[in-house]
Amino acid sequence: MLLIDCPWCGPRAQVEFACGGESHIARPGPPDTVGDDIWAAYLFERNNPKGIQFERWCHAHGCCQWFNVARDTVSHEIRAVYRMTDPRPPVDGTRFDEAEGSG
Amino acid sequence: MAAERGSAVQPDRRNGPRRDYSWAGLLRHGLRRRPGWRPAWRDPAPKARYRVVIVGAGGHGLATAYYLARNHGITDVAVLEKGWLGGGNTGRNTTVVRSNYLYPESARLYDLALRLYEGLGRELNFNIMLSQRGMIMTGHSRHDMDAYAHACNAMLLNGVDSELLDRDRVRAMAPLLNFGPDARYPIHGGILQRRAGIARHDAVAWGYARAADAHGIDIVQNCAVTGFDIEGGRVAAVQTGRGRIAADTVALCVAGHSSQLAGLAGFRLPIESYALQAMVSEPVKPVLDTVVLVPPTGMYLSQSDKGELVIGGGLDLYNSYGQRGNPPVRDAVLGAVVEAWPAFGRLKLMRQWGGIVDVVADSSPILGPAPVDGMVLNCGWGTGGFKAIPAGGWLTAHQIATGQPHPVAAPFGLHRFASGALIDEAAAAGIAH
Repeated sequence: MLLIDCPWCGPRAQVEFACGGESHIARPGPPDTVGDDIWAAYLFERNNPKGIQFERWCHAHGCCQWFNVARDTVSHEIRAVYRMTDPRPPVDGTRFDEAEGSG
Repeated sequence: MAAERGSAVQPDRRNGPRRDYSWAGLLRHGLRRRPGWRPAWRDPAPKARYRVVIVGAGGHGLATAYYLARNHGITDVAVLEKGWLGGGNTGRNTTVVRSNYLYPESARLYDLALRLYEGLGRELNFNIMLSQRGMIMTGHSRHDMDAYAHACNAMLLNGVDSELLDRDRVRAMAPLLNFGPDARYPIHGGILQRRAGIARHDAVAWGYARAADAHGIDIVQNCAVTGFDIEGGRVAAVQTGRGRIAADTVALCVAGHSSQLAGLAGFRLPIESYALQAMVSEPVKPVLDTVVLVPPTGMYLSQSDKGELVIGGGLDLYNSYGQRGNPPVRDAVLGAVVEAWPAFGRLKLMRQWGGIVDVVADSSPILGPAPVDGMVLNCGWGTGGFKAIPAGGWLTAHQIATGQPHPVAAPFGLHRFASGALIDEAAAAGIAH
């Protein structure tokens, strides 16, 4: 069972939340300049990391707000909770630049 | 397929006679003071070079190796396995086999698998304990039954057996289901595939391993792949914990770790990995002789030959590589069991475990060439890889041997994500995987 620290409501049980998958995926554009392969990558390809993943969660059975979580996909440990518009936070001193690996 | 069946090669006996298992052999060994059973496959060290290297000695990898030898005469093959063969999802699933899919592409794929399963025990001389005990999906409203009528007609048109059941026939087949007035999901009827059932999951891996080994194929366990040597856009070798192994073709059959191996090869896949739980109850006398899936809760259940109830349900819906599940989903699945079968509420849970499944947006697998030349993909089976093992192996072997996708596999290539020709079984089959 995950204990998720909602930025607005505080720590709540996992069952109150819904995971929205990988975050920081930038929509390519403008649309008429984007080829099918780029659209396919944007829509379907994911980093799917074994380790720290930056992902969106929604407090679906609470305040209904979206926010970001940095979570280890092996241990499930939550390393950081941050706002939707914030960049990826460093984890264990490692910086995850916006340019690198963003979908 | 007919041509491939016709050209099927006989098992290669140059590496010693295949030790056929039989009742006479069982008797002979059983009466000896020291039974003469020998290991069913060798434990070779990897050579420096193979024509084909298959990564992953689960069902799909081992079946690919076997059909490379059987259908195409290619035996210069190694199957590399990080752990022990059949120790990943092949050994963690709920052993259901079926082909009750809606779309023609899926029907061809999964029914090929089921037809191959139907002859597999005899072909491999290994008892895979296939039990075609049927699978019922329950319907809980008039709308469910309308949708099942549609699905049933589609399956019949696709050549897959399917029957609509009214409430009384569901009750006759599964009398312990909750038909009471207080049922949360009252049963209106169901849809049945009689050829569906269960098979012994470990035996499928072991049978393919033994048969591939008899053809001279090397199955190398405790040999994790740590990287790929790619020269001029083409794979040249795999780097492993046991040294560099050169190969003309590399096939990835690694279920929950496809994104990881793709990352080592420098490309990304349209896959997300999730934990899927399964569990078994304590063993009891026979109470259920079919497989039942209750769609409103996504829970399904069958009884194993040992008497345990084998229970599955939905995914833990966040990405995970932890091969275990979390309690909320387990509780939801068990709540669904008790709702559907009130009598099972008295049973104790004996074991619970999890495996990591590759989920694709359209809930259909990825079969065909990878973005790196010389590399072939067999992945993205989601929660339903076990039932597809013979077809996954057959089709991947065809791709490796001929360089072209088999007609059954052609719609399942990576190209479908850019072309938009998705095979959206998530919506069509009503199955969450």
